[in-house]
Amino acid sequence: MADSHLLRLRDDAVHDAAAVALADHQQGDTAVQLAPADDARALIPHLATLHRIDIVFLKFRDGRGFSSARILREAGFTGEIRAVGDLKIDQLGFLVRAGFDAVRSDLPFDPAVVTRTLQRFAHVYMKAADGRPPVWALRGA
Amino acid sequence: MYKYDEYDQAIVDARVEEFRDQVQRRLNNEISEDAFKPLRLMNGLYLQLHAYMLRVAIPYGTLSARQMRMLAHIARRYDRGYAHFTTRQNLQYNWMKLEETPDLLADLASVEMHAFQTSGNCIRNISSDQFAGAAADEIADPRPYAELLRQWSTLHPEFSFLPRKFKIAVTGSDTDRAAIQLHDIGLQLIRNDAGEIGMKVLVGGGMGRTPLLAHVIRDYLPMADYLSYMEAILRVYNRHGRRDNIYKARIKILVNDLGPAEFAAQVEAEWAQMKPLGLDAPAAELARIVAQFAPPALDADAPADIDLSDAGFANWVAVNTHPHKVPGHAIVTISLKAPGEIPGDASADQMDLIADLAEQYAGDEIRVTHAQNLVLPHVRRADLFTLWQALVGAGLATANLDRASDIIACPGLDYCTLANARSIPIAQKLAVKLAPQEADLGELKIKISGCINACGHHHAGHIGILGVDRKGDENYQLLLGGSGAEDASLAKILGPGFDEDGIVVAVEKVVDCYKALRSDPAERLLDTYRRVGAAPFKEAVYG
Amino acid sequence: MPRVLTGNRLETGDVLWWTGNDWSLHLNDAVALGDEAEALVARLTAAERINDLVLVDVDATDTGWRPRSTRERVRAVGPSVRPDFALPSLPVDAI
Repeated sequence: MADSHLLRLRDDAVHDAAAVALADHQQGDTAVQLAPADDARALIPHLATLHRIDIVFLKFRDGRGFSSARILREAGFTGEIRAVGDLKIDQLGFLVRAGFDAVRSDLPFDPAVVTRTLQRFAHVYMKAADGRPPVWALRGA
Repeated sequence: MYKYDEYDQAIVDARVEEFRDQVQRRLNNEISEDAFKPLRLMNGLYLQLHAYMLRVAIPYGTLSARQMRMLAHIARRYDRGYAHFTTRQNLQYNWMKLEETPDLLADLASVEMHAFQTSGNCIRNISSDQFAGAAADEIADPRPYAELLRQWSTLHPEFSFLPRKFKIAVTGSDTDRAAIQLHDIGLQLIRNDAGEIGMKVLVGGGMGRTPLLAHVIRDYLPMADYLSYMEAILRVYNRHGRRDNIYKARIKILVNDLGPAEFAAQVEAEWAQMKPLGLDAPAAELARIVAQFAPPALDADAPADIDLSDAGFANWVAVNTHPHKVPGHAIVTISLKAPGEIPGDASADQMDLIADLAEQYAGDEIRVTHAQNLVLPHVRRADLFTLWQALVGAGLATANLDRASDIIACPGLDYCTLANARSIPIAQKLAVKLAPQEADLGELKIKISGCINACGHHHAGHIGILGVDRKGDENYQLLLGGSGAEDASLAKILGPGFDEDGIVVAVEKVVDCYKALRSDPAERLLDTYRRVGAAPFKEAVYG
Repeated sequence: MPRVLTGNRLETGDVLWWTGNDWSLHLNDAVALGDEAEALVARLTAAERINDLVLVDVDATDTGWRPRSTRERVRAVGPSVRPDFALPSLPVDAI
């Protein structure tokens, strides 16, 4: 069923389990939710068990979630990192570069704008969590 | 100076198209104003009292004649024939239309310019020393290091929604012409014992509601660790900076609350995690950028002696030129502070003239200073007279650099929605009043802000003036003893505030008190104040 | 005390004054608003075509409205330091 509020950039089957709050997390839980002030590194011992980590954005201007996502990717997490909450479509480029591969927004997504946004920049200046080479890596070539 | 390659140009062009798309969607009501506002701020577009204002980035204050001509063209085509150079080495246009801004940005992109991140809660223009590459006292030109940082900070995905704005300054000498102690991050190029260039890293300076001087958190940072270390600082700030109170959201508050030692420890711990990730650009990339800042070919045998028999010319040479590291050359400051004029404003005609002069006499390079003046960095002394004559004709030859009429004033309530009081008229009145005696007063830095956001840098003024709202009327606080140089200090309020006439009288009394108390005419007002304290000045002003 | 409604046009940033049924560039075309003001502001805010909507306290003078605050007078006239930008009907000495 199409969900116009969920954008997912992964091919695998969606892991639907409800995300438990970090404070309630127990060994074996497969989906966790991080609040803006939560320390993403608290999940590092559990990354092998987790399928999905939801990172909450209570206000789109509060950019702590970008650090949380990137930290999780740096620690080796390959499951789904989903941005949840007050998110604007124009943040998609940043979200993807920071390591998110899914977004559930309060507002519906316009697929045409999503496509344009994700394809906008052929080049990036710095390394981030998405594996894209920074321009300086291309220049040496 | 730095020339874009295909990658730089591609990024700027894509950003222009992205903003064009965002503007169109906003005009079609497909995005709310609440969602759109941070997007336009990230492109430097403010809504001010009368119109939109666009802040164009001038990276580390450097531009070419071609770029200056485009800025003049834009002033004519899209604005009202003038522009304003700012205290962060940028340029502001005051009469912008949202619907025309995408075309304007495309024009800028055609000459390798942009308005990226000149507003918003992101990393702003990296500022630097206006004499970079020409000053005799620098270890190395700081601008390549600023350029590397500019690229790294452009559209950084983790740091585009910070608690608040983030300002970085880089300098290459002990003499601090970039006010690094008053920035969120201040960087000074230094050499280690092996002679290798690295950075001294300072964090947590700033003006505004809670002025603070920065702390050194790393005495020596090797170039190989430059970008990863900056990432660590920004990540600690992004994660732990306050987001509950806009006036407590800068990194200086975090550094102050944790204490510099604990803050530094958190940065080092984060950096230990980030260093292995390969975030640092290779040495070859820095070398590539450094090579673009190779000094121009200047004739070291150019004659140093010049004819100073014209008194006006001689005075201008003495006041507005600095020695260049290459003999027979000079660094020229073009004052945008003719007494009675609007500080930092230039007409399109003046901008075109300066472009011509830069091409002809200054190696095609112009600098913007954070005191709202312009610099021609590489002028042969033999050309100074002809240059001066051209400047005289355009009203650009005021010989007042760092003197009493060289006043920094923010746009203030005449333009800005944030302001409590007008600052430009105060600057105009003071400049006219003090100019006749300014040669006798020597170095005297007067800085005026129209509100607590301190864009006029009043905390760093020898004499600082802060406009406030007092029961609906404009009122002005008088501060003394600030400095943004290597002897950095924060100005202190002297006593109760004044109305617009009273503040001019008060400043005159401060000046008279200085003249009465100075140990000799060479002692600066700042130094007299530091020596005798506030009490005599308070007595002189408040009686 | 009379209140008039002002805002900035989204497309151009122009300062506008509410005339009762439309927007004008001229302060003296503005109408004083009564109890309907808050509902009007709410409706216009939701439409998102005019930014920075605000009700301004004004006094009636024989040359027209005079906003009470310096800020709103500057907004109506233009920068006090650029008399050449002000309209003849509203020069900088109106600030």
